[in-house]
Amino acid sequence: MAKKESTLKNMLIALLVITAISGGLLGLVYGMTKDTIAEGDAKKNAKAIAEVLGTDENTRLDTATVGELFYNLAYDDQDQLIGAAIKTFSNAGFNGRIELMVGILTDGTIKGVSVLQQSETPGLGANMVNPKFKDQFNGKNPSSYNLTVKKDGGDVDAITAATISSRAFTGAVRLACESFEANKAKFMKGGNAQ
Amino acid sequence: MSNNWKTFTKGFIKENPILVLLLGCCPTLATTTSAINGMSMGLATTFVLIMSNLVISLLKNFIPDKVRIPCFIVVIASFVTIVQLVMQAYVPDIYETLGLFIPLIVVNCIVLGRAEAFASKNPVWPSMLDGAGMGLGFTLALTVLGCIREFLGSGSVFGLHILPETANILVFILPPGAFICLGFLIAIVNKFKGSKQ
Repeated sequence: MAKKESTLKNMLIALLVITAISGGLLGLVYGMTKDTIAEGDAKKNAKAIAEVLGTDENTRLDTATVGELFYNLAYDDQDQLIGAAIKTFSNAGFNGRIELMVGILTDGTIKGVSVLQQSETPGLGANMVNPKFKDQFNGKNPSSYNLTVKKDGGDVDAITAATISSRAFTGAVRLACESFEANKAKFMKGGNAQ
Repeated sequence: MSNNWKTFTKGFIKENPILVLLLGCCPTLATTTSAINGMSMGLATTFVLIMSNLVISLLKNFIPDKVRIPCFIVVIASFVTIVQLVMQAYVPDIYETLGLFIPLIVVNCIVLGRAEAFASKNPVWPSMLDGAGMGLGFTLALTVLGCIREFLGSGSVFGLHILPETANILVFILPPGAFICLGFLIAIVNKFKGSKQ
């Protein structure tokens, strides 16, 4: 087959055919992978909730949006609130947005924190994912624990050489705690949330 | 040595895209913080290279010269998106680390460079070999760079801890470390190549 001349007709046909086939192919692959991707995301989400609240897969979960925060509410078999895994964030990180999942029990005690997304400096701010830093919040209650880094007069041990990242992290946790304190009353009974 | 064999192996050292041609340095420097990241990035690029070389070589007579670049880009972008969706579905952890750099394979100069310089002028089989050779050469360079940086910066290779945490030299997993390592690697390859000539 000889090389096609660059006439308008040939160019149009070539572009049209190539884009149409590409589009069709991409649609096909998207359709094939869509379910697996959604499943993976859901599993990751459920795992993060279980990790920060210490619940198992039998716990009934409910969701709600309060302001800018996303609540995953966990209820026991009597429909009493066990706690909430709150998706919180901070834009004060050293390298962009930080997203955390904070598990808070009904009395306001922090059960656990997990990092959903961060792009802090590797080896410095990125150490926020290590238990050494993030697990210091476990079992602390904001009523008796000042959620501010020590440098700013609080109780939180900052990561060495990463005060900005630590501040952002602590700020996100504080945001979740304050929001939960202010809003928990309306979620206490499972029936009301629906 | 047959011609096909030469086409395949020239990407490893003689025309290695990273160490000799210096094409596609952006993903190289950014994704080689660990050996596994470098290797995944390399393999993803290899797949795109082979497939785009194959398709472009098949279509070379059908595509008029004046619109060849947009056609190449559409073909390349389609394969990159396929890789992205498949990685997101089956290896979500690696997908998350490589993140932004997967879609950026589209504009990696190696891929378009091979399409323009080789696949659009050669038959299908040599084009695929060229893509595979170049891709594996890229993977090799990225994996070696990843190993060195991970070893010096985190004290491990492929996640296997070798050195205690106190021996880590942080700068090697930060961007400047990438430049330093790449510089030394290129110097070594040049020395090696020079002595053979």
